[in-house]
Amino acid sequence: MMTADAFWQIVAIVLIAASLSVPFGRYLAHVFMGERTFLDPLLDPVDRLLYGIIGPAQTSRPMDWKDYAVHMLLTNVLMGVLIYVILMFQGHLPLNPLHFAGVNPELAFNTAASFITNTNWQNYGGESTLSLFSQTAAITFPMFTSAATGLVVAVAFFRSLAAADGGRNLGNFYRDFVRALTRVFLLPCLILTPVLVWQGSPETFTGQAIAHLVQGGLQHIPMGPVASLEVIKHLGTNGGGFFNANSAHPFENPTIITNVLEMLLMMLTPMSLVVAFGRMVRNPRLARVIYGVMAIMLMAALFIAVSAEQGGTPVLAGAGVAIVHGGGQPGGNMVGKEVRFGNTQSAMFDTVSTAFTTGTVNSMLDSYTPVGGMVSLVLMMLNCVFGGKGVGLINFLIYGIFAVFIAGLMVGRTPEFLGKKIEKREILLASLALLVHPLIILVPAAWSLMAPYGVSALGNTSMHGLTEVIYAFTSTAANNGSAFAGLSGNTPWYNIALGVVMLIGRYVSIIFMLALGGSLAAKPAVSETVGTLRTDTLLFGTFWLATILLVGALTFLPALVLGPIAEYFAMHAHLVS
Amino acid sequence: MSRLESFATAVRFTLATWILCGLAYPAIEVAINQVMFPFQANGSLVQVSGKIVGSRLIGQRFLGARWFHGRPSVVNDDPLTSGGSNLGPMSRRLKQHLIQRSMRLRKEHPGLRGVRLPSDMITSSGSGLDPDISPANAYLQARWIARARGLPSDAMDQLIARHLHRPLLGLFGEPYVNVLTLNLALMKTSPEVH
Repeated sequence: MMTADAFWQIVAIVLIAASLSVPFGRYLAHVFMGERTFLDPLLDPVDRLLYGIIGPAQTSRPMDWKDYAVHMLLTNVLMGVLIYVILMFQGHLPLNPLHFAGVNPELAFNTAASFITNTNWQNYGGESTLSLFSQTAAITFPMFTSAATGLVVAVAFFRSLAAADGGRNLGNFYRDFVRALTRVFLLPCLILTPVLVWQGSPETFTGQAIAHLVQGGLQHIPMGPVASLEVIKHLGTNGGGFFNANSAHPFENPTIITNVLEMLLMMLTPMSLVVAFGRMVRNPRLARVIYGVMAIMLMAALFIAVSAEQGGTPVLAGAGVAIVHGGGQPGGNMVGKEVRFGNTQSAMFDTVSTAFTTGTVNSMLDSYTPVGGMVSLVLMMLNCVFGGKGVGLINFLIYGIFAVFIAGLMVGRTPEFLGKKIEKREILLASLALLVHPLIILVPAAWSLMAPYGVSALGNTSMHGLTEVIYAFTSTAANNGSAFAGLSGNTPWYNIALGVVMLIGRYVSIIFMLALGGSLAAKPAVSETVGTLRTDTLLFGTFWLATILLVGALTFLPALVLGPIAEYFAMHAHLVS
Repeated sequence: MSRLESFATAVRFTLATWILCGLAYPAIEVAINQVMFPFQANGSLVQVSGKIVGSRLIGQRFLGARWFHGRPSVVNDDPLTSGGSNLGPMSRRLKQHLIQRSMRLRKEHPGLRGVRLPSDMITSSGSGLDPDISPANAYLQARWIARARGLPSDAMDQLIARHLHRPLLGLFGEPYVNVLTLNLALMKTSPEVH
């Protein structure tokens, strides 16, 4: 069980995030429905300048789902190539005070794939690999654009659900993108970076400081434009750290204030997007049901993870460590955790990070208790507990289409969702969109475990080693980016396999989703009758939750049983490996 | 819309967003924050008589009974390679590390017999650079530091209390003390005899 302090911290953080998400959700709806906001006088000139550079004709024409997808892919490929080239040639580029050589081709591919897909999986340690130019021009840059890509795709999908013109106009990709950049990401980042610096996060183009330590000896302390990266890393649910230790590093996350701020930033847009969805499809009741089910799953995950970490492990108890929190010490499982955060704020941070597909960590998941680590793994397997920029919500809606279909069969009604009939084509596309996820997790994970070059990278043995591999492919497939970091992923196999999984997990899923939206948009709306199965009720919400848990359990239970669940029992039988 | 024109649009778009987000934004923030918060923006470096002795935020190694010790670090407190052990909860190597650290402490300080150690005392942190320890850890160490330095033990307790960080609003986070701050304060109250 958890302490009272922990309980109230969880309740307080979720309540603060929820109360921010309502006004911000309305603001998002305004931005993407082309309505006026109070920021227009300030930002309209910036937008016009960007439209002018990109091309006024291209930024004003309507796009259908195919057009939208093509431009999304085209720009993302170009960004990926740009990042790849910068990383490869960073040795010849400016702002390289520690004189790092170019990144090797496989790692550069993995990193470029990772950052354009909003995954931010890192097979490198930032402070020992990247120049400051790479950290800004190849890492901070895609943190903005991958977040904006995800957001505008979600917006286009929402429009296709509400479309009255058969889906011929889902908006303009470039226009949406520019508005997302200036109004959702850049402005908050500009304002919030100084808050992080005030708390201790560095913001400089000096590469390192050299300290002459109190008891003698030297310490080289690398730094750079850390704070500006940190804000977009969380607001854009990116997660890639400036340093190897990510948000456990005192420069990335120096105090409890930054820890809370970083959590709230991760939660802001995904939660708000559910509110915006309700407005955009003109069905706020449905949005409330979705929000409620997601919030229940999030709270359950937070309670379970925090309790598990506070419970400690038999190995710690056996070594004479105090397990009970109190008396001015943190208790629990402090392996891989920072004193300023303790068990509660650590487990909360990592759980929020995997629910909202950020992937930032302020404590090392590989050293978590079996249950604490499994919470993060399950959240990424379900990939719909708020999730990242729209992806989580779209997955949730796809589960909803299944729920409608199953419930419709059970009570003998024609399945309808948001006023459209669900037929063979929709179920086919929804199945494909959902099946991609387990496929790209389980197949390459099995391959890795059978191959010597897969197993040799493990940092732990037996069940925990299995979990490391499953976790790596789940994290990359869900475009999360957090890791059981004992796995040494910087090998040709993992660089390429994980890179390909990230690309499929992102783009194939997006294309199926947009196609599904296009298919629904092209259908005539059916009017609601007494025979319609209502989806915006508590009853259906419960059924929806059951569908998610059931589909998730059927798909992933064998892997979980062999990994964290077996480990839980082995650990409590006082086994070591 | 021709293919070539679509391509040219995408190229212009990519370069414009790159310059805006990848170059201009960090440069503006560096300029603003170097003026607003020069101490923090440059790594919270602490100087003693004009010499940088470390960063307040980065752990450094202290040895011997006369100083407060930070947490164990699997990267030897080297900021060039931050990180944790990433050993799992039932790892044999983790068990060995914990027992070795515990045994060493108990051998050096027989007063620890029968005492359950604060959980941050022998576990390594996630960053390997944790600059802080828990108050319980500090009070425990204060016993032998006071003896080694010949200071009254209530003076040590006052020193810790003065540098104690409490949870935000009494709820968020954990209490802690910064090891470097504590040791520098210690240096002022009883200067090292070289």
